[in-house]
Amino acid sequence: MSDNQKKMTIIVTKGTLDWAYPPFILASTAASLDVDVTLFFTFYGLQLLKKDLSHLQISTLGNPAMEMPMMGMHMTMPNLISAIPGVDAMASNMMRNLIKKKGVASIPELRDICVESDVKIVGCQMTLDLFEWSKDSMIPEMELGGAATYMAEALESDINLYI
Amino acid sequence: MATQTLDTKGMNCPLPILKTKKAIKGLNSGETLEVLSTDPGSVKDMEAFCKSTGNTLVSSTENGGVYTYVIEKA
Repeated sequence: MSDNQKKMTIIVTKGTLDWAYPPFILASTAASLDVDVTLFFTFYGLQLLKKDLSHLQISTLGNPAMEMPMMGMHMTMPNLISAIPGVDAMASNMMRNLIKKKGVASIPELRDICVESDVKIVGCQMTLDLFEWSKDSMIPEMELGGAATYMAEALESDINLYI
Repeated sequence: MATQTLDTKGMNCPLPILKTKKAIKGLNSGETLEVLSTDPGSVKDMEAFCKSTGNTLVSSTENGGVYTYVIEKA
């Protein structure tokens, strides 16, 4: 890293399909602007480092701001309906179709670009132990670390975000 | 005439920028890249991209909903 290269870190704490976007969009874009990026995945955010991302879902529960274009109008989901099993899966499929239709990148695509552009990907060791996930189920580019690993990067960064 | 043309029509933010970065990587200094996009947000984004990376935005035009950028590699 050259002396004048800008640095950014993001703590990624959320593991839903919608909340996976901000960290991966910012990280891939920052990398394209020659920023040195470190992503630290902790708690539910660690889901985003699993090799297979097809299980990612959105949750319609308690999200009155989520409006999806449907049959010429915008639909919001009452909490009572969100609680029915299968509704999140259905809404997640609708979201995936919408993403494809609108030319928005998929999460696996954005993650691949991050890996290709040398974004440093750190997984939280404690979270891995806590949820008993195997390291083999995670992408091989993941390095494991803890709070001190993150702090060392954050202290010398220009931008530190928590998402 | 640009050295290379990149078609990102139909792609949404941040894909036009990410594809542009990749294409620029393969060019030599002084060579130009023409980027086509239908994303209205790419107007500001392409300016910011060039400002941050030091490449020159030679032109930025719009015709019938298609934005055309010419970027010269630094």
